[in-house]
Amino acid sequence: MTRFVAERLLQSVILVLIVLTITFFLMHLSPGDPMSRYDDPNISPETVRLIREQLGLDKPVPEQYMRWMASFLRGDFGVSLRFNRPVSSLLAEAIPNTLRLTIAALTLYIVIGVILGLLSAVRRYSLFDRLSTIAALFVYSIPSFWLALMLILLFSLKFEILPSSHMQSMGVSGMGWLARFSDRIAHLVLPAFVLGVASAAGMARYMRGSMLDVLREDYIRTARAKGLSERSVFLKHAFRNAAIPIVTIIGLSLPFLLGGAVIIEKIFSWPGMGALMVDSIFARDYPVVLAVNFVVTVMVILGNLAADIGYALLDPRIASGRKAGK
Amino acid sequence: MDKLLKVENLTTEFLTSEGLARAVDRFSFDIGHGETVGLVGESGCGKSVTALSIMRLVSDPPGRISGGSIFLEGKDLLSLTEKEMRKIRGNEIAIVFQEPLSSLNPVFTCGEQIREAIALHQKMGRKQSREKAVEMLRLVKIPDPGNRYFSYPHQMSGGMRQRVMIAMALSCQPKLLIADEPSTALDVSVQSQIMELLSDLRDAMSMSILLITHDLSVVAQMAERVIIMYAGTAVEEASVKEIFSDPGHPYTEGLLASIPRLNARVERLSVIPGNVPDPLNLPSGCRFSDRCPKREERCFAKEPPMFVAGKGHFVRCWLSEGQER
Repeated sequence: MTRFVAERLLQSVILVLIVLTITFFLMHLSPGDPMSRYDDPNISPETVRLIREQLGLDKPVPEQYMRWMASFLRGDFGVSLRFNRPVSSLLAEAIPNTLRLTIAALTLYIVIGVILGLLSAVRRYSLFDRLSTIAALFVYSIPSFWLALMLILLFSLKFEILPSSHMQSMGVSGMGWLARFSDRIAHLVLPAFVLGVASAAGMARYMRGSMLDVLREDYIRTARAKGLSERSVFLKHAFRNAAIPIVTIIGLSLPFLLGGAVIIEKIFSWPGMGALMVDSIFARDYPVVLAVNFVVTVMVILGNLAADIGYALLDPRIASGRKAGK
Repeated sequence: MDKLLKVENLTTEFLTSEGLARAVDRFSFDIGHGETVGLVGESGCGKSVTALSIMRLVSDPPGRISGGSIFLEGKDLLSLTEKEMRKIRGNEIAIVFQEPLSSLNPVFTCGEQIREAIALHQKMGRKQSREKAVEMLRLVKIPDPGNRYFSYPHQMSGGMRQRVMIAMALSCQPKLLIADEPSTALDVSVQSQIMELLSDLRDAMSMSILLITHDLSVVAQMAERVIIMYAGTAVEEASVKEIFSDPGHPYTEGLLASIPRLNARVERLSVIPGNVPDPLNLPSGCRFSDRCPKREERCFAKEPPMFVAGKGHFVRCWLSEGQER
């Protein structure tokens, strides 16, 4: 297992470098110029030229790439062209915020998806199963940005029970920890729900299908023939087998979750990496875009690695298959 | 004498897209204490459905036991609640299935799968039930049982897996073991080892066995009595000796003629022409009439009852007409 993880990490390093290289050149190929913010009659062209020289943007693109890569490999993400602050300090603020949102969404996604899927499979063709099938299809087909806007309209504007933007209310720092905590949770509810629930609908369908497949297996009949209760048959014998493909699906859904966060963060003014990414792209703030891209790539790779490890832990055939092959 | 298991007019139906198929049709038989009964027939004749019906494991839908009764020591299994039935399954009646790989759960160790049944029915703790499971592995002659306890099904050979299935089935000393083609999926050399193991354990544990097979030679080796099943019901029942020496039903004769023999030189093995009839579309009269080499006019008119052909020998054929069972 250690060797497997080490191999995968080594492959990942190469993958990260390729992704960053492609991003770098794509950014420079696309129209626009970070200097366009200085298009101001009060700033002389001479000043703009100086700034450009200072930032190294007057050099040919391959040279800029080599310079950027050299400092990146030394662990230096450079300075934001827009804020004139180290990129690392921007990331240090944004990463925890995005993690808070995506972890909340991921939890909703897994818990709602798995529970609905299991219940549907256990009560197959019941009213509950039919309703949840329709609901899943409905939610799955809704564009998340539209759902976000509708929920803001309903819960923030009409009923005024949930905040529509930011991570916390103004002036919250003077309150006790419990008030601060519930304020944070209230701000988290809508964005996490929008981000998690659409994927949960898909997850419920996968879980149901996987469970129904497993319930047709001979070993389920064996478990029943032993005299086990339906509860043990479902939760012990069937669920563990049905969960194996689900772990892979969770791993594969991470990019979508992080990608979805970009839009959701913008809508809810959530100060995370998604919002930072979008604003930086518009401003052609190259170092920030590259750094955010790096972090997202690493998160996706680690997520997939975790899924593969989980897969091997759940299915003894995988782990020993590798042992036998080596 | 009181029988261990008494099945009367068992009828099990399946709802298919073309209609209601009767897989088992008014099938009656019994098994005595310590007795081994062979249930023989072609694929699709209802043997396995009979086994699942006794365990009340026919999947519903699409299947359903629609009539008859099953008595285990006088207790009607079909009238028990699901909870009461769970105390019977794996405890008083256990089953060994045909396909040992797919019948074992791939994500649990073999030992755990045996231990689970012991802990459930014998109210033992984890440590005690684990010791008992290792003991069972030793009983079915798995080498190094202490370590094999932790093996997963895919790490074992076919014969070993079937031994695990047998250990699991016997772990609570059932009164009746249903062995549903226990050796069919295995290599020939392993087949006889498994049958030998079963017959040793039967003698040691004094249990009854319902041995389901399509192989008459397996029956000859192990059983005392044979029931020949055709299209969902019994067509002949006799002691093993009589089935081989004096078969009464043309179908039984056909089955015997299709066994290759070393001492007889034949150009070609005889086969029974045709196939098992579609349960949705049984021939009128005798259900074997469309394939029977000895059929007569009356065979198409009315289905024969079981006639007595000798002591403990019953035949469902007009040719054996006489006293009805």
